[in-house]
Amino acid sequence: MKEESKLSLEARRAFLGKLGLAATCTGAALGVGALGTIQTATAKSEPAASGARSGTAAEGGSFPTPDYDWTQHQWAFGVDATKCIGCLRCVEACKLENNVPRNAHQFRTWVERYVYLDGEQSARIDSQQDPVNIEASGSEKEFRFANRYKDAKVDKAFFVPKLCNHCTHPACVQVCPTGATYRTKDGVVLIDHEYCIGCRYCVQACPYGARYFDEERGVSDKCTWCYHRITKGLQPACVEVCPVGARVFGDTRDKQSPISLFIRNNRVQVLRPESGNAPNVFYVGIDKEVN
Amino acid sequence: MDPIIAVAPYTGWVYPNETVFEWSVLIAVYPYLTGLVAGAFTVSSLYQVFGFERLKPVAHLALLTSLCFMIFVPTPLLLHLGHPERAFNSTITPHLTSAMAAFGFFASFYVALLILEGWFAYRPFIVAQAQKRTDLLGRFYRLLTLGSYDLSEHSMRYDRKWIFALAVIGIPAAHGLHGYVGFMYGSLKSREWWASDLMPVIFLFSAIISGVALLVVLYVASCKLRKIPVDAACVKGLAYTIWAFIMVAIVLEALAFANLVYKGREGVDMIMQYVTGPLLVPYFVLQFGIGAITPFLLLSYMIWRGTAGKALVVGVTICAVLVLFSVFMMRWNVVIGGQEISKTGKGLLSYQMPLFGKEGALVAITLTLAPLALLYALTRLFPPWADKAKLTDAGSH
Repeated sequence: MKEESKLSLEARRAFLGKLGLAATCTGAALGVGALGTIQTATAKSEPAASGARSGTAAEGGSFPTPDYDWTQHQWAFGVDATKCIGCLRCVEACKLENNVPRNAHQFRTWVERYVYLDGEQSARIDSQQDPVNIEASGSEKEFRFANRYKDAKVDKAFFVPKLCNHCTHPACVQVCPTGATYRTKDGVVLIDHEYCIGCRYCVQACPYGARYFDEERGVSDKCTWCYHRITKGLQPACVEVCPVGARVFGDTRDKQSPISLFIRNNRVQVLRPESGNAPNVFYVGIDKEVN
Repeated sequence: MDPIIAVAPYTGWVYPNETVFEWSVLIAVYPYLTGLVAGAFTVSSLYQVFGFERLKPVAHLALLTSLCFMIFVPTPLLLHLGHPERAFNSTITPHLTSAMAAFGFFASFYVALLILEGWFAYRPFIVAQAQKRTDLLGRFYRLLTLGSYDLSEHSMRYDRKWIFALAVIGIPAAHGLHGYVGFMYGSLKSREWWASDLMPVIFLFSAIISGVALLVVLYVASCKLRKIPVDAACVKGLAYTIWAFIMVAIVLEALAFANLVYKGREGVDMIMQYVTGPLLVPYFVLQFGIGAITPFLLLSYMIWRGTAGKALVVGVTICAVLVLFSVFMMRWNVVIGGQEISKTGKGLLSYQMPLFGKEGALVAITLTLAPLALLYALTRLFPPWADKAKLTDAGSH
């Protein structure tokens, strides 16, 4: 319900944006204060405006949505680990949506399984890339968790979806020598693949293992919260396909958005707070061993 | 078709993306080369700035060695980049919060400094050759004179001032360059093995000993090749330098390790499992035991006993080779070792170095030895030998 109201709000915004643009174009065509009018109108969508000025992919080319104003949003992500069933649809959807290499070693998002067996002090942890799980799925292009603990006595077990934390103080952005990776005004950490030199310093700097190096393109890559979708009012692919609502996404500027409610109604925590990175993926239901 | 990725075997729990090793042996070669540059320059400065007269036989060799290695420093980095053609992006539009962005500036400044200092140091030789030779090489030297044939006392005094000033500036430049390499690792908070405040200084001191050790080997080898007697006083001077700096290097590294273990932060269990397991031989036996403690004890013994002559030369050369090996192992254990300990603190990976390929062992070995080939060529054009030193006295006092 709330999801729907959010979507309709997005649609309304988009519509109003288009209306504004149309009005601007008419104004320009009429030649009434042409220059001033265009500047006012394009300022509404700042990225597009800066793109027009500099023409760099970071500002313009990666921004195909002209009626989107990145100063009006502040995105965040929520994970309710108590709901995750480890179906891995999110992982597969992400790979398809974002052209992530179809192998078992490079992911924009992944799911971790924590299993405490009876009498053991620490968790046994694996993810979909584990050879046992790959064997169970039969392919490096599809993923599933093998039922490897079916004969064991399990004390406690849970799944934890992981992805880029889109930190407020991202270590990856700090170390990037060219500024190819940057934080957008709406709180998303992106990579300009046309400018990245492929040094992989960012891969090393990320404490969460969220980045990988795309050999084929010679650049670093990671989750973008499906920026191409969210700027059109859609949800990230992983959120869209999650059958149990373990993944929540939205605009924290909107007090009624799913993520605002998620953060307000739960005691949330972030991964590795001591790193000072200030992540923007908020977790519910994770255990002491999760980092 | 998907490209082939080299997947590292692992034990325990590692993040899925970590199973591909991102920084290969080339990234271990890179700090090794910069270290040799800084160390060799230290020797040159000890003579030019601090007046260590006994190092005169290697002063010019040190300068040439430094230059040759510095020219090759960017090569492992360029080979490693996903887009080497974009390398200058970091210099054209440097991202100022990135330690790596400074590399282009540091490196080019330093190369320029080395070339300039080299030019002043070799100017009398260049002028002499330009006036003597009539062949093609003569033209080359005439070009290098840059139109200045003045070798008067006044002019030489001017040159000496420049050499002194450049050598003085070169000390912080060379050491800054290498300390900064250490900072690149030490400043990363993602890996406990790297995140040490002592990392820049550890890199610096190991750099100095490696450069001095390289000069011992090069000097002794050059004397053998040229069939001239080795200047034992010079070798002893270099031995003292190694001895003094290796003490600090060993102590610093031991302190860093003790800090890591004593603080015992999250993930230390895995580090202990690592250093007592896969890293036991590379770290404790090769880097410390054979590479650092043995030469330190041997040098101490020789200094204590006042060993002289051939025994001294042989002993110091053996120590120098061990030190060179130790410092390479240090780079390896930092760069590769750091990545073998998973960021999760709950698993270990194992780097499989390929023999062939862009980032294989053969390329790494070639890049490490290539500066020596360049050095050989340069010594033909600019003989650094002090015994024939009609070339210059410009640096002496």
